[in-house]
Amino acid sequence: MDMASIALPRRRSAVARGRAEQREERAAYLFLSPWLIGLLVFWFGPIVASFVLSFTDWNLLNPPHWIGGENYHTLRHDYNFSQSVHVTLRYTVMAVPLYIVAGFGLSLLLNLRMRGMNLFRTILFVPSVLSGVAVAILWMSLLNPDVGAVNGFLEALGWANPPRWLGSPTWAVPSLVLIGLWGVGGSAIIYLAGLQNIPAQLYEAIALDGAGSWQRFRYVTLPMLTPTLLFVLLTSLIGAIQIFDTAFVLGGQQGGTGGSLRFYLINLWQEGFTQGQLGYASALAWIFVVAAAVIILAIFRTSGRWVYYEDGVDQI
Amino acid sequence: MAAVDHSDPQFSRRHVVRAFFVAHPRFRKRIGQLTAYALLVALSLFILMPVAWMITAALKPDLEPVFTVPTEWFPTTFWHWENFARVFNGTGLPFMRYTINSCIVVAGNILGTVISCSLVAFAFARLRFRGSGPLFYVLIVSMLIPWQALMIPRFYMFFKMGWYGTLWPLIVPSFGGTAFFIFLIRQFMRTIPRELDEAARVDGLGYWQIYWRIILPLSTPALTVCAVFAFLWNWNDLLGPLIYLNSDNQFTVAIGLANLAQRAGNAQYNLLMAANFLSIIPPILVYFFLQRKLIGGIASVGLKG
Repeated sequence: MDMASIALPRRRSAVARGRAEQREERAAYLFLSPWLIGLLVFWFGPIVASFVLSFTDWNLLNPPHWIGGENYHTLRHDYNFSQSVHVTLRYTVMAVPLYIVAGFGLSLLLNLRMRGMNLFRTILFVPSVLSGVAVAILWMSLLNPDVGAVNGFLEALGWANPPRWLGSPTWAVPSLVLIGLWGVGGSAIIYLAGLQNIPAQLYEAIALDGAGSWQRFRYVTLPMLTPTLLFVLLTSLIGAIQIFDTAFVLGGQQGGTGGSLRFYLINLWQEGFTQGQLGYASALAWIFVVAAAVIILAIFRTSGRWVYYEDGVDQI
Repeated sequence: MAAVDHSDPQFSRRHVVRAFFVAHPRFRKRIGQLTAYALLVALSLFILMPVAWMITAALKPDLEPVFTVPTEWFPTTFWHWENFARVFNGTGLPFMRYTINSCIVVAGNILGTVISCSLVAFAFARLRFRGSGPLFYVLIVSMLIPWQALMIPRFYMFFKMGWYGTLWPLIVPSFGGTAFFIFLIRQFMRTIPRELDEAARVDGLGYWQIYWRIILPLSTPALTVCAVFAFLWNWNDLLGPLIYLNSDNQFTVAIGLANLAQRAGNAQYNLLMAANFLSIIPPILVYFFLQRKLIGGIASVGLKG
């Protein structure tokens, strides 16, 4: 089952509901109660609270005062904020297309029927279960500009002045993109699941029509995989704008050399929890939610044009 | 009809090669396979060599440079296994404490996830009630809201409750259910035949008993997948512990490592790498043992966290 078959519960008319139905409904809400309470306490409450707080000057020392839209006004001249948006966008634009293509390519390779494939799959998926912290610490040393393995390798290849990676404002974001590429097996698992769900008859049918391997890919594999692509696009975009752990370990609280690793959430965390500007940070958080919502909606709005659902119904 | 110009060496060589492959399709397949193997081996090395280097560096004695030119990928000279033990009880390295804390957080989250998410998923998958459609939409939408955006009011709430500096804020929310897990279990429960419920109803079982005796035991594959994800996410989480914890006694492995990375100079690089290696053992073990279930679980819903 995949995204295509997420069926919604059928709505029933409220007419002629007997005692049994009432009992069923009461039971249902009892079963739902942990989630309903959690939703209220951990989601609705905080959403409303952060909206209200974003109009206050609350810091940990003083109680909140209403200051209207001043936080949102300050944003427009806040260099840290605009830099964090810039760094995050730069990372997203570089990372997301690269990871989508690389993950897809890798899954095609791992979908081949060859001996020992399980071993390769196991190895290539390993980085995706590791923590951002562990991966960052590992790559921090490999990317050491003077004595790290990566530059040693590049110098051996004849590159006289390889990049300074995390120490260089230009190369800091590409370094993170490279580190993320190490874990691209994670999205390959999802593509692989999608590839293995494609019915074999489709390939047989197109082979009868005399299609070559490119045509098989173009007219069967690609369209059948568009729901998976939609899902991966959505999660990798959300994941990219939420990047925190790796950047925190590699760039520290200040967001790297000259703020070159000041990602949106690093900035939010710093404003809120080290500067104590919780009202201002709430405004940042709200902008973040709105941006995430806009991205999600934009993708769903355009998805009808390029996502192919075989059964054509019951989709989100 | 114009004759092919055989005097052009470029053309004729290409021509011959193509003719050879057309005549020997098995040979062509072999070349394709060899290329694929070469690529896979290269990619596997790209994954494994950094891990091997980490072990090499972890086994070195103090003050010995971990960086060498050329890079030493596999341990040859030094085998200081005691470095791994030092991480647990060395001075300023309370990784034993960190590990216990991480285990508490992980266990609490698995418990909360399995209990609450299976209850909620049961209602969505098996019961009919007014509002089920809209509530399901709310579930899907809440899956897409980044929780980090809500960290300030949540922090304030837990602070007011006196839970700042305890592990509670990292555990309790899981008892309110996690949208992704509820969705995953619900998808699985929908595949269990409805006749089972109906037969149970005829036998006089109530909803609770249908959940507890029939649906829950049959849902263990989905529950396992959720438990594994809960383990991985919480073992690896940095931001949560960073916000809610404030002393060495409560730190989890992830935050302990992040702190060590920021203060460990070259003198303690071996210990940092040893700690880092130890921190990735639990996720890797879980992954190796539950690989099939995990990948099957992802395949069954087409979703991943």
